[in-house]
Amino acid sequence: MAALELRQVGKWYGGFEAVKSVDLAIADREFMVFVGPSGCGKTTLLRMIAGLEDITSGDFLIDGARANAVPPDKRGLAMVFQSYALYPHMTVAQNMGFALKMAGRPRAEIEAKVREAARILRLEAELGRKPRMLSGGQRQRVAIGRAIVRNPKGFLFDEPLSNLDAALRVQMRTELVKLHRSLDATMIYVTHDQIEAMTMADRIVVLNQGEVAQVGTPLDLYHRPANLFVAGFIGSPKMNFFPARVAGVANGSLSLALDGGATVALAAQGAPPAAGAALTLGVRPEHFVLAAEGPLAGSVDVVEHLGAETILYVKESRGAIIVVRTDDLAHVRPGEAVHLVPRLDRVSLFDAEGRAIADSSAT
Amino acid sequence: MSSTALAGRVVAAESLARARRRSSWLLLFPAVILLGAWAFVPLVMTLRYSFERYNLLYPERRGFAGLLNYNLLLTDPAFWTAIFNTLVLTLGVLAITIILGTLFALLLNQNFPGRGIARLMVIAPFFVLPPVAALIFKNLLFDPLNGLVGWLFKLVGLHPIAWFTTAPMIALVMIVAWEWTPFATLILLTALQSLDTDQLEAARMDGAKPLSRIIYIVLPHLARPATITIMMESIFLLSIFAEILTTTAGGPGTATTTLTYLIYIRALLDFNIGGASAAGVLAIVLANIVALFLMRAVARNIET
Ligand SMILES: Nc1ncnc2c1ncn2[C@@H]1O[C@H](COP(=O)(O)OP(=O)(O)OP(=O)(O)O)[C@@H](O)[C@H]1O
Ligand SMILES: [Mg+2]
Repeated sequence: MAALELRQVGKWYGGFEAVKSVDLAIADREFMVFVGPSGCGKTTLLRMIAGLEDITSGDFLIDGARANAVPPDKRGLAMVFQSYALYPHMTVAQNMGFALKMAGRPRAEIEAKVREAARILRLEAELGRKPRMLSGGQRQRVAIGRAIVRNPKGFLFDEPLSNLDAALRVQMRTELVKLHRSLDATMIYVTHDQIEAMTMADRIVVLNQGEVAQVGTPLDLYHRPANLFVAGFIGSPKMNFFPARVAGVANGSLSLALDGGATVALAAQGAPPAAGAALTLGVRPEHFVLAAEGPLAGSVDVVEHLGAETILYVKESRGAIIVVRTDDLAHVRPGEAVHLVPRLDRVSLFDAEGRAIADSSAT
Repeated sequence: MSSTALAGRVVAAESLARARRRSSWLLLFPAVILLGAWAFVPLVMTLRYSFERYNLLYPERRGFAGLLNYNLLLTDPAFWTAIFNTLVLTLGVLAITIILGTLFALLLNQNFPGRGIARLMVIAPFFVLPPVAALIFKNLLFDPLNGLVGWLFKLVGLHPIAWFTTAPMIALVMIVAWEWTPFATLILLTALQSLDTDQLEAARMDGAKPLSRIIYIVLPHLARPATITIMMESIFLLSIFAEILTTTAGGPGTATTTLTYLIYIRALLDFNIGGASAAGVLAIVLANIVALFLMRAVARNIET
């Protein structure tokens, strides 16, 4: 049981503002993921929640009570470090039981809880070993086990899978999701891997330069990015952006002149932008249709056959690259000229400041 | 590729490796010879003299003496006292330097204003030459009339004592410990700085208070560098000499005569080269026994 709330939380390192006035409410038992590029303040935010870093300004609340000054071990939150931070001279069992030992629990209880955690994490055979003798995945599980035995209200993970190889990462990902379901605890998970974010999260917080760019469910962020940053950050391959200008607004239809010269017409919703305003049109790679005629033309530069889908890199006449994802087992070859039609019901529009223009994308 | 060609390549690779081994020997040769001469010639000469009757006062009475030198030495109570003194001095200094070194390292690893200066001050004694250090202690600190320690004693109403006559070994241990604490501090401080801060933070999240963090995380981390420090220090402590010469000259009586100092007395005061050589050989044996124990401790420590 832990609902966490941040109210205008900020962090200054000397004269550098690493986290800028973050407002965020994390519901009880939610799986919340923080993503963002390197240096955007994910770790700093997590460490402030853990209590390892002082909060410079604002309030942090656990279950409604202000917790800015509560020491880390009294917050009921357990943290799993990116480096695992196992105690190298202790066995797996001692590592996992350390918190209980520090809390002065009786030995029998410690042993029972460690055994239970080891059972959940399939570490029973390793209990007597030192961390050094474990594989990366096992170390990772010990680090999680160390958090589990404390029976915390919430778990904090800082890029816990980044040191594992790809296969193990996929496996641990599903295990963590299962663990979240069985433990009934709030989890905050930091990563810069958006696949992890998309697959695990109930909700995602996208951070950019210490600020929250958007909070929402994975599909929310994907289909309704609030700004250019989120639109470009979420999704791989990236969304294609086309600078454009409003050519005309006429009875519910918005006509855009793309910088390349082509014109597209969209169904305008809400307050339409003024004629002549500069905009950015965003189209996801899968929202193109290959056609004989179309507003966008170019020659195929590279073709990547991934089996289930094919990624095309189309070079526009002026040199810009458009990435297209198609399931059409494309007979397209490099060098060929193609025409692209964006699915206008699925595109996004952003104003000159990079904010999404309300509901230009389809629902 | 055909199998013969492959075999040919393997053979070529082997002969290449052999050639490389040979040329590496050739390059090592001068250094090995030099080192061998350095270490072996004195060792062999010491061994030879230890079996000879050889006193500079009676140069004409020279010749093979069998085990006579060893016999005399092993039945000489001064020899056993010297071994005992050597062990007391070595172990005493080791204990003090490791404990103080750990404390200083822990302190100097904290953040406080003037830390750079404090570090420099703690490390400084290491650069004071042994005879100078001994003289500072003898004349400025331990002197019963003019010394600082005597003055402090008087300040609290105690009678100042003549350290080098009443408690010579304690005084000597203090001097040498003062000289070697910086060394231990330096190594342990470096080791502390290599401690992963994540571990300390994990311990903090686990509810470990500062003292518990030191006991359960920091000290185990320091175990290995501490063993290395002990080993390196012992090498030097077994041959402490200048401090004894400048303060007590091995006395009063044989109270501060260590094995090294005994060799000096035999060789340069009694002119008994044979006896001194025998003591030297036994000192080598003692050093090896100590080294053996230390190596085992270190090996066990590095293993776990
Ligand atoms: N102790 C510190 N002192 C000064 N600046 C710091 C400190 N810790 C972090 N910063 C700065 O704060 C910013 C955010 O750092 P943070 O570690 O939170 O990034 P991050 O999002 O976790 O990045 P990554 O994905 O690389 O781990 C960075 O610009 C970093 O340089
Ligand atoms: Mg980080």
